[in-house]
Amino acid sequence: MTDNTYIYILIMALVTFLIRALPLTLIRQEIKSPFVKSFLYYVPYVTLSAMTVPAIFTATGNIYSAAGGFVTALVLAFFRRSLLTVASGACVMVFIIELIL
Amino acid sequence: MRSNLSEAEENFKDGVKDGIPIALGYLAVSFAFGIQAVKAGLSVFQATLISLSNVTSAGQFAGISVIAAAGAYLEMAGVQFVINLRYMLMSAALSQKIDPKLPTYKRLGIAFGVTDEIFGVSITRPGVLAPAFSAGVIITSVLGWVLGTFLGAFSGEILPVRLISALGVALYGMFIAIVVPPSKDDRNIAVAALLAVIASTVFTYAPVLKYISSGTRIIIVTVLVSVIAAILFPTTENTEERPDNEKGLEHD
Repeated sequence: MTDNTYIYILIMALVTFLIRALPLTLIRQEIKSPFVKSFLYYVPYVTLSAMTVPAIFTATGNIYSAAGGFVTALVLAFFRRSLLTVASGACVMVFIIELIL
Repeated sequence: MRSNLSEAEENFKDGVKDGIPIALGYLAVSFAFGIQAVKAGLSVFQATLISLSNVTSAGQFAGISVIAAAGAYLEMAGVQFVINLRYMLMSAALSQKIDPKLPTYKRLGIAFGVTDEIFGVSITRPGVLAPAFSAGVIITSVLGWVLGTFLGAFSGEILPVRLISALGVALYGMFIAIVVPPSKDDRNIAVAALLAVIASTVFTYAPVLKYISSGTRIIIVTVLVSVIAAILFPTTENTEERPDNEKGLEHD
């Protein structure tokens, strides 16, 4: 790795920042279109769901612990526990299952 | 009730509070990134610099593989663009959540911290998004991200494998905590989330489709399912306000 590693890093950072910055700086008015509003309303839930399943099932040592963590998170979230509780509950369940298996 | 603190200070504190679980989840993932970056031939400083200047997960992992393979600069730009394009959608959604009069430098600050998790807690916060809240979440989360990278790069495999494995679900646990409560309040969100899960599973395992990279897959699924949901269940005036993510409970 020589100096050009920093050029790579610069390109990475620049492209990523532009992607994030352009909509937030250019869209200054309330979007009126009911379709676009509806679309943007669903985006976060759809993205996060798509990122979680099926990826979560390969995120741990084996699929059983992953499934245990997944179900634990679903149950805790269903009862509206905080982000930290849900996340750590899932981690603890994975840890326990992997101790047993 | 909160008379001794200014509104901005309260928002900043709320942000830090929401940022702590994110930072903890990030520690695990960025730790793994740090290990891998050093393995790919980067220095501890370079690995940490990438995390501080990028704050992406999939994008950074893909980035170090391009560096390790000495890929073309254009390839690096293309890879980052495709994998991180979903942030453009999130940024567009956030543009509707902030005060229209918010100055550009504050918008750029919020933009810097558009990640899946930070976006999740920001967009589901009731009312207009306060820049102080964003500052709190972003500073806390990025600290975790950068610290984890440094520790991973510096100390290598210091954590037992079992612990890293368990921490691997932390981020997904957070995603679930963001999606499930509003799904209980608005059936349309539940249906959209379910469609997303099905589509993403199909795109991951179906013949031909499975060759699409994970970043591109997320974009395709997000656009496809959100368009379908917007057509099937347009939001009306009364459903426009996002369901409260029950953040209020934590303050009681």
